Amino acid sequence: MTTADTEIRASSAALLEGTRAKQRRSLGQTIRWLILFGGGILMIMPIAYMISTSLKWPFEVYNVGLIPEEPHLENYQYVLEDGRFYGWFVNSLIIATITTISNLFFDSLVGYTLCKFTFRGRYIVFIAILSTLMIPTEMLVIPWYLMSQSFGWLDSYWGIMFPGLMTAFGVFLMKQFFETVPDDFIEAARIDGLNEFQIFWSVALPMVKPALAALAIFVFLGNWTAFLWPLIVTTDTSLYTLPVGLSSFGDEADVQWELIMTGAAISTIPTLVVFLIFQRFIIRGVVMAGLKG
Amino acid sequence: MSHLALRNLVKVYDKTEVLHSINLDVADGEFVVLVGPSGCGKSTTLRMIAGLEEVTGGEIEIAGRVVNNLEPKDRDIAMVFQNYAIYPHMTVRKNISFGLRSSKMTKAQKDARIDEVAGILGMTDLLARKPAQLSGGQRQRVAIGRAMVRDPAVFLFDEPLSNLDAQLRQQMRLEIKKLHRRVQNTIIFVTHDQVEAMTMADRIVIMKDGHIQQVGTPAEVYHTPANSFVAQFIGAPSMNLLQGVYADGAVTLFNGVTVPMPGRAARAGLPVHLGVRPEDIRPAANGAALLSGTVSVAEPLGPETLIYVDVNGKEIIASGPGKQPPKAGDAIGLGANPADMHLFDAATGEVIA
Ligand SMILES: Nc1ncnc2c1ncn2[C@@H]1O[C@H](COP(=O)(O)OP(=O)(O)OP(=O)(O)O)[C@@H](O)[C@H]1O
Ligand SMILES: [Mg+2]
Repeated sequence: MTTADTEIRASSAALLEGTRAKQRRSLGQTIRWLILFGGGILMIMPIAYMISTSLKWPFEVYNVGLIPEEPHLENYQYVLEDGRFYGWFVNSLIIATITTISNLFFDSLVGYTLCKFTFRGRYIVFIAILSTLMIPTEMLVIPWYLMSQSFGWLDSYWGIMFPGLMTAFGVFLMKQFFETVPDDFIEAARIDGLNEFQIFWSVALPMVKPALAALAIFVFLGNWTAFLWPLIVTTDTSLYTLPVGLSSFGDEADVQWELIMTGAAISTIPTLVVFLIFQRFIIRGVVMAGLKG
Repeated sequence: MSHLALRNLVKVYDKTEVLHSINLDVADGEFVVLVGPSGCGKSTTLRMIAGLEEVTGGEIEIAGRVVNNLEPKDRDIAMVFQNYAIYPHMTVRKNISFGLRSSKMTKAQKDARIDEVAGILGMTDLLARKPAQLSGGQRQRVAIGRAMVRDPAVFLFDEPLSNLDAQLRQQMRLEIKKLHRRVQNTIIFVTHDQVEAMTMADRIVIMKDGHIQQVGTPAEVYHTPANSFVAQFIGAPSMNLLQGVYADGAVTLFNGVTVPMPGRAARAGLPVHLGVRPEDIRPAANGAALLSGTVSVAEPLGPETLIYVDVNGKEIIASGPGKQPPKAGDAIGLGANPADMHLFDAATGEVIA
């Protein structure tokens, strides 16, 4: 609606103001287009190179040209026929899925509690959770590793997953979204006889679906592409996640870029699927509908 | 026996006492309206009855049980919120059925009950819709339906009409009143609109600063206000208060005119306010006039005209005829019948009878 409005207004204004305005406007327009175009190129180039490289023979991998000299699909055949790829794919899928579900549940549970209940120390708890956002993963991997080692979690799904089962960012996001759910709903549900968990589950949670969808996309992508920690915590190649596994194609002397890029190209498919599934939940105005007209 | 009783109800928020020993008895089936200016504690009182707010002191009794320590769902109450708070992700039917969650009815009984309520509220064909597809008035009805479906001992309404436009508000006012006739549940209704209070209530409770000022039928609070606050709060436009001094069965007004008010129990020399409603003070011939001044504004309402009169710098609101009203700038004399006047202690505001 608004875009249509502005277009109509812009064009009628231009008609009234004559050609000078039109020229000025088209110059501004051109600059804007150029910036957007440049941005678009920057975003697309890596993907284009990934696909292009996956179609190249090893000898031309270091050619800058985007178009392969002899495009072929043998890399795909090789990767898909290499048994390890499926194993890594499944590992990644399991880990990313479980982590996503865990984050959706626990982040929103904690976010809800911090938002809708008043209790002593609530603020301190919240600040403590937030402050963990300031610590980069690179600093955390050593304590995580020592912890995993002493608990015997090295080389296990649990070892790969445990640091990410809940995230401070997710808690923060969900808390902020629950702030938009008016207390009236919660009180109405309390009068209707729901217990506190039912209120969370069947009243509050459905009202923050857009946030859940955003969080799901975020967490899934984050775990799907996670590299550093899975690399450190696993030595057994059958437990590798996809990014770790792909990077192991080849050795120190000879990295097989065309195979890595082929694997990477295939591995973007699930992220696309997740995005397409969840993005339709990201619609605004769900909460407002139950309120005053 | 009273159906709902508040005994010495006190509420303290962070060391500030906002309700000071509220006492109220409500009979079974009564429609009671809590009214008062913003911040006087109406919502707090209602929320304490509902169990959404902890009781600091005193007792709440519903249908013969002290409910202070009961969960909201166990109090046999239902509440309609100002924002309606109907669940946006559920259909109307699901919303209404939520009110029946804790009941022991069978599925078929529940469905029948929902259909019955929908029928009463005239929204049978809306049951399959989601709240986003409803108008403001329809959402309001769903909220009422959700409360009604449980047939609670007490209905609680917190300013349910304040989000509706004037016309719809009037219509819903009437509908809620009719609904009450029909279902006969006890209703506690909160509003800050005195017209709503007057038109709907069996009895009105007027509150100010956490104190009850007066409890009575609309006619009682209108015609025999307990103090000058009630006198001015109820009725629009507000009652005029004229400064004066009481002595020997008469009040000498600020402009020197003496009005006989015989038989009042007040000491001589007591500063008082003489209260007279706009409809009781009318243009009068010079000899019979109580006050005289100039008309500053005349507002024709059709059947009559509101006249704002400047009397020695003080604005008095009077009523004049609908036909041939006085005009702005006219000099005018105003008269009133002492029987229509109210006398208040200027210091305490209490009525002097
Ligand atoms: N959660 C709270 N914490 C502290 N003070 C509160 C709280 N809720 C209400 N109060 C105070 O209690 C007093 C009564 O509030 P209440 O909401 O009952 O007023 P009200 O009569 O419903 O007013 P309104 O017409 O504006 O809704 C007010 O002074 C308010 O500031
Ligand atoms: Mg209120």
